[in-house]
Amino acid sequence: MFANFVVPDLLPAAPEIFLAFMALAILMIDLTVKDGRRTLTFILTQLTLIGCAVIQAYTINGEVTYTFSNMFVDDLMADVLKIFLYMTVVTVLFYSRAYVTDREALSKGEYYVLALFATLGMMVMISANHFLTVYVGLELLSLSLYAMVAMNRDSVASTESAMKYFVLGALASGLLLYGMSMIYGATGTLEITAIQERLAAGAVNKSVLVFGLVFLVSGLAFKLGVVPFHMWIPDVYHGAPTSVTLLIGSAPKLAAFAITMRLLVSGLISMAPDWQGMLTILAVLSMAIGNLAAIAQTNLKRMLAYSAISHMGFMLLGIVTGIVSVDGRFALNPFAYSSSMFYVISYVMMTTGAFGMILLMSRAGFEADELDDYKGLNKRHPWFAAIMLMLMFSMAGVPFFVGFFAKFSVLQAVVATNNIWLAIVAVLFSLIGAFYYLRVVKLMYFDAPADDAPLVIPTSMNLLMSANGLAVAFFGIFPQSLMELCGVALTRSL
Amino acid sequence: MSTYPLLSLAIWIPIVAGLIVLATGNDRNAPLARILALVGAVVSFLVTIPLWSGFDIANGGMQFVELKSWIPSFNINYHLGVDGISMLFVILNAFITIIVVAAGWEVIQNKVAQYNAAFLIMSGLMNGIFTSLDGILFYVFFEASLIPLYLIIGVWGGPKRVYAAFKFFLYTLFGSLLFLVAQMYLFVQSGGSFSILDWHKLPLEMGPQIWIFLAFLIAFAVKVPMWPVHTWLPDAHVEAPTGGSIVLAAIGLKLGAYGFLRFSLPIVPDAAHQLSGLVVALSLIAVVYIGFVALVQSDMKKLVAYSSIAHMGFVTLGFFMFSAMGIEGALVQMVSHGFVSGAMFFCIGVMYDRVHSRQIADYGGVVNTMPKFAALFMLFSMANAGLPATSGFVGEFMIILGAVKFNFWVAFAAASSMVVGAAYTLWMYKRVIFGDVANEHVAELSDVNKREFAILAVLAICTLWMGLYPQPFTEVMHASVNDLLHHVANSKIQ
Repeated sequence: MFANFVVPDLLPAAPEIFLAFMALAILMIDLTVKDGRRTLTFILTQLTLIGCAVIQAYTINGEVTYTFSNMFVDDLMADVLKIFLYMTVVTVLFYSRAYVTDREALSKGEYYVLALFATLGMMVMISANHFLTVYVGLELLSLSLYAMVAMNRDSVASTESAMKYFVLGALASGLLLYGMSMIYGATGTLEITAIQERLAAGAVNKSVLVFGLVFLVSGLAFKLGVVPFHMWIPDVYHGAPTSVTLLIGSAPKLAAFAITMRLLVSGLISMAPDWQGMLTILAVLSMAIGNLAAIAQTNLKRMLAYSAISHMGFMLLGIVTGIVSVDGRFALNPFAYSSSMFYVISYVMMTTGAFGMILLMSRAGFEADELDDYKGLNKRHPWFAAIMLMLMFSMAGVPFFVGFFAKFSVLQAVVATNNIWLAIVAVLFSLIGAFYYLRVVKLMYFDAPADDAPLVIPTSMNLLMSANGLAVAFFGIFPQSLMELCGVALTRSL
Repeated sequence: MSTYPLLSLAIWIPIVAGLIVLATGNDRNAPLARILALVGAVVSFLVTIPLWSGFDIANGGMQFVELKSWIPSFNINYHLGVDGISMLFVILNAFITIIVVAAGWEVIQNKVAQYNAAFLIMSGLMNGIFTSLDGILFYVFFEASLIPLYLIIGVWGGPKRVYAAFKFFLYTLFGSLLFLVAQMYLFVQSGGSFSILDWHKLPLEMGPQIWIFLAFLIAFAVKVPMWPVHTWLPDAHVEAPTGGSIVLAAIGLKLGAYGFLRFSLPIVPDAAHQLSGLVVALSLIAVVYIGFVALVQSDMKKLVAYSSIAHMGFVTLGFFMFSAMGIEGALVQMVSHGFVSGAMFFCIGVMYDRVHSRQIADYGGVVNTMPKFAALFMLFSMANAGLPATSGFVGEFMIILGAVKFNFWVAFAAASSMVVGAAYTLWMYKRVIFGDVANEHVAELSDVNKREFAILAVLAICTLWMGLYPQPFTEVMHASVNDLLHHVANSKIQ
């Protein structure tokens, strides 16, 4: 019965296996933790993530390795994205620490275990080479996040946003699955690289394929949170406990970028003219709606939610311009994809800092998520005001901060493919975007404080936040290393 | 040639000094912050002196060149250099920074360290603009310098400071974003170079040239500012603290004009010839119409702000005469305006600090209580009106001479506007200084103290020096201006 069973190569998936094992172990160990602050659980969770990073770093070989019957791929893009993923989740959990322990409903072992499972889901998404793997990873991530949003179950806002997230998320998963089934119908395979081979070989029913593609792109657009599939973003970001918002708003963008690359570029490159048009529309609409709607917000979490929509729209521009048609054949332009990857990593760095700031400003029984809570921050804590200033100018795309070079590299890709009108549209919407980032700076620097309560921030948080802010400045002055890393990762993986 | 990287020192000494000043913290250490800021400004000025003393006037090319790779992924270099066009502005900028730090010595009592740090950092960034020979390096400094001025206007400004700060930032950003897209296009056309000097040699068709010229025009016209995109300037000047107005008028406005010489004329010469009529028309509107607008102002700062726009109209007019006389006249006018407008704003600041009003109607008979001040203010008003023997005359006279060769009626319109210039300045002077003592505020005025006298005296010496013996200023320009005209005269259409 087991005669044909070949033990798959487990090494490429070693971090995933380690994380899954540890998540289950922590779930058990947590039963014995009596401490309401869950210190042991927290430490084990962080050690697990650091352990994953170490394993990942040791198993990097720069080659593309398939395992589990080609369902799982480990390439340099996956390695780089996963290492940033671990760093992000570690930072997120650190920022959340005080916030979570102050709130009884959140301070449970499950909180940390769910965060680990969500991370596992993202890792699987990043390494997926099969429609089913994509789907399994996505659902693992989504289900963990639904539960985390709803964890503060006495809060009406949290419960409502969890319901909304769940219903719309299920719908999006449905769309994605439907699209996958159509593509399966047209090509006869679920394996992403095999789909590309079948398409290249020809004799595929184009209309079924395009039909499937529309659903696939819709599902992806939902997960990326781009217009017109963005409705859930503001409500979920706003309603979820801020520590969970931080998790939803940061790391999953890396995974969403990865599955977009895998599905559209690795799998459906022959369909590029079809999906390029769709993504262009999504990108322009996202930049328009995201930036315009953000102006009207009075809540910082909602403002950052709309800003997330516009940033994802901007990031898509790099994916749109990644394939150039030369004499009817498609040539890949890894330079454009690496600009998108650089954009996504920079964005995650900035957004982690911005939501982290909300967490640090909050205290027991007080959420610092209204814009007015930032009034006069320069008087109360000049250094945090300076970090927030850097983050805001970086998001607005002003040098010397990393956000400028992120926008720059994507725009350069757009201009290089002669889509100058698209570049002009993009810069004009970033101009509109600059307004609401400037407004945060205005509140912090120009206005008098509304609240004189001293900010008590543990030294460790202070250091981490400083590191985060300085990273935004450092990669703004010396972006070469990060740019090159993304470039190498993509050329080796495509 | 010096072995020290003088230009890097000119950029980074003020920035590092600014960060050190920032580190002195809150207002308990204000005296220390002031002294450190003054030391930083003086040292920054001293390192720029060898640029002039060691300048080779026979060489029209770049001197003191520094070239290091910065972002190899996009072939962006840390490429610095000065020629006869930019050298004087580096020194002027460093000089004005000392004036500004001294001007805020007693007046600024709130967030002293941040105030001085903002000016020092801005000074370094603006030196970066004048010395960059790489398009992106230029852009990065150009946009980053908005941040300190935004904060200066917004934090230490007048009652409508928020509106003025936003308007200033967004107007300038709007212009510079299109400039960025144009640079990206040039990068693609030049086969992957951001070097401004490479672009000077790049052949371009007329169609692209026109578009690039317009993109440059929007960026620089906003910054100069030219009619009809000048409306941010009166607001910014009126609301900014005295130091902010001095820097904005003395250096800020020169950045746009400098951009015309570094980018518009040599990179797209054919379009510049083609569209010179447009620029000349806009310049004449600025000179004549804005002159009349200045005449009816009741606020002194607004009046000087409008007079700055009119004077900068002369500058852009001089550039588009395409003659050595016109361009050198415009450069002399720029340097002279740096001294004179800086001094005018400082004089208004001196009165404002005592009376807390900028309305002309609140003054009268100031000469009775402030005789020394009245004498110096007289000199600067005369210079602003373009009286011979002051620096204001030299530049305007040269531009008008250049204009006569270009077109008699243009010269006629420009020359007759000098009458308006004399009218608004001297009429303001008459109403403020002469007559009977208007009210008890004026009766209680005390004359300038030693600090104020020293600042005004130094500026007066500069104004008279340039007016009586402009040779040292013009001789450094000849070779570079001829070089520039050589570029402008050669068509790039092949």
